[in-house]
Amino acid sequence: MRIRISHSISYDYAEPARHITQILRLTPRDHDGQHVMSWRIEPNIDGRMRSSQDAHGNIVHSFYADGPISALSIKIDGLIETVDLAGVVRGGIERVPSEVYRRDTLLTTPDEALRGFALEATSQADTPLSRMHALMDALHTEIACVDASGRIGIGAAAAFAAREGIAQDIAHVFMTCARQLGMPARYVSGYVAQSDTLPHANGAHAWAEVYFDDYGWIGFDPANGLCPIDTHVRVAAGLDFADAAPVRGARKGGDGENLAVLVSARETDSRLVNQ
Amino acid sequence: MVAFDEMTGSGAELRPAYDALDRWLKEAPPEMLALRRSQAELFFRRIGITFAVYGDEESTERLIPFDIIPRVLTKPEWTKLEAGLRQRVTALNMFLADVYGPKECLKAGIIPPDLVYRNACYQLEMVDFKVPHGIYCHIAGIDIVRVDADTFYVLEDNARTPSGVSYMMENREVMLRLFPELFAMHRVAPVDNYPDQLLATLRSVAPRSAPSDPTICLLTPGQFNSAFYEHSFLADKLGIELVEGSDLLVKDDVVYMRTTQGPKRVDVIYRRIDDDFIDPLVFRGDSVLGVPGLIGAYKAGNVTLANAVGTGVADDKAVYSYMPEIVKFFTGEEPILKNVPTFRCREPEANAYVLDNLDKLVVKEVNGSGGYGMLVGPHANKAQIETFRRKLKASPEGFIAQPTLALSTCPTFVASGVAPRHVDLRPYVLSGANGISCVPGGLTRVALKEGSLVVNSSQGGGTKDTWVLDA
Repeated sequence: MRIRISHSISYDYAEPARHITQILRLTPRDHDGQHVMSWRIEPNIDGRMRSSQDAHGNIVHSFYADGPISALSIKIDGLIETVDLAGVVRGGIERVPSEVYRRDTLLTTPDEALRGFALEATSQADTPLSRMHALMDALHTEIACVDASGRIGIGAAAAFAAREGIAQDIAHVFMTCARQLGMPARYVSGYVAQSDTLPHANGAHAWAEVYFDDYGWIGFDPANGLCPIDTHVRVAAGLDFADAAPVRGARKGGDGENLAVLVSARETDSRLVNQ
Repeated sequence: MVAFDEMTGSGAELRPAYDALDRWLKEAPPEMLALRRSQAELFFRRIGITFAVYGDEESTERLIPFDIIPRVLTKPEWTKLEAGLRQRVTALNMFLADVYGPKECLKAGIIPPDLVYRNACYQLEMVDFKVPHGIYCHIAGIDIVRVDADTFYVLEDNARTPSGVSYMMENREVMLRLFPELFAMHRVAPVDNYPDQLLATLRSVAPRSAPSDPTICLLTPGQFNSAFYEHSFLADKLGIELVEGSDLLVKDDVVYMRTTQGPKRVDVIYRRIDDDFIDPLVFRGDSVLGVPGLIGAYKAGNVTLANAVGTGVADDKAVYSYMPEIVKFFTGEEPILKNVPTFRCREPEANAYVLDNLDKLVVKEVNGSGGYGMLVGPHANKAQIETFRRKLKASPEGFIAQPTLALSTCPTFVASGVAPRHVDLRPYVLSGANGISCVPGGLTRVALKEGSLVVNSSQGGGTKDTWVLDA
């Protein structure tokens, strides 16, 4: 599938900012299931952009701009060719051993309820792969995925207790349970192309990946209840959301921040590629 | 359990190091000693040296009790200790360079890889990053305990932001003022060159691109931190700026410090803020103590952080249990300093033993420090033991256990007169591109309660001046 992505992240400030620093994880890389045909990431104000790579293999842009800045918009445009590999992620950049992803983090701290749920949901499954599918299926029915707009994540334990969360929370719940079952699991942020069959395909999305000794990394999208297919574009991975967040920023001044995000990810006709 | 006493050995003899001190103690009129003790306390109050005790609601700041009877080590004792410390810190730095680089010690099976990879202190940001001059742990505080005339154990390696060195210096200062006659009777190795050595160490590790006279500052979490006094004390002694996160600004991967003459580029930061709080763009986003972009500047090679980020993986208590093997692997030598025998509760057999012997053992949280989250079996009540039993069963990998050691004792002033009290020792070891240095002695901490083995200031411990006799 060929997917065109346009994403804009716009801030305005009631009080102009004197200085802005942002760490952006907004640039996908190739793996066997996706090929980045073109990708542009452009702030609308002057600044310095430095590109580097983090421990998870993500492309990271550090952006510095001096004020006074009353508005900042970062615009992303890209075209990705994907193939359906039933969630398998191969041929990407892996810089740290999978063992690292068994760590608990602030957003994926287990509690008794999560431990109990992980064991119960997987009690009938007899292989690591079937256990993870059982976990995903159980979560998909157990916890409601709500629209992310205007909401921030609350972490795995709180979301599970509420039986409701944004896609990020549900990925965290899944990862926490997977780690409790001894599986390395990581957080993935990305895009999902609009689709009539997927309940949560509204552009930006989050899911998880689990490492199997036999297969390597396989994606699980518990909010949609399936392994990522060719609608999914993988952008960044990490120990949790904080580790893979599309934008982490700090500023001096700039009180009264207002954020507006527009995302579209749509299948596109291959004849229109060169436009 | 009879402890070794550093003045009287098993109780009958008088060890040579304490000869003159013993005579002086016997001859000194009690009123004079009482007077000097109150003068010492007055002195500490005046300079404002306090220590915040977490979990103590009545007073957030209080004086750490100071005992006026010095603890004395002979030159040969110190020479051996120092050689052991140098070896240990060399190994710690080589271990850190290895786990963030080629990982030879993991490949060789010296330490189980999951102890490193699953450790929250193993900072992924540091993987394959070359720190300036290859040094990670510039300032180490190695906690040492003694059990007999010849045996010193390392109890803990502190490789993150060890504190207490200001007490070492202030204790000496007070002793020099109050007891000049004692110093006339002994040749005591000085400790007042510590700030010079620390400054030389920090200068030596400036990025290669920095000017020959690098700008250094000390980054503190602020006045509410328990060690704030020490931060301001050291900045003052070193003649460097004391800054908080909000005083620093990172632009284009370069760190600047606000000064009255405008922004000034910073080359080396002696940071006393934990990894988790040092840069909200990389670590905890809710930290208001840190400097946004600092890690970016660090990784661009424009600033040195002392200690480096990620040193906590080396002083983890589970990693500690492998230190003898780590020392051997990296230095090719037998460890000069011993480890306390340690049960790794992550190993089922060891944990079974620990659970059966909780009343005899000291159980510690792998990631705890400062005497918090610790069980001293022989001194614990049933409820405390049962609490730890539950914790150990729930997450055995979070704990280690050690036998209760008969820590050596030193003569100490208490309400009833002079009596033996248990002590430990924290020497400070500096590592720079200019080599390793260590001022003779360190900070002696003393458990003031009779029979108590917990010397932490947060748990009612005091301090003593530590003398290394030059002859």
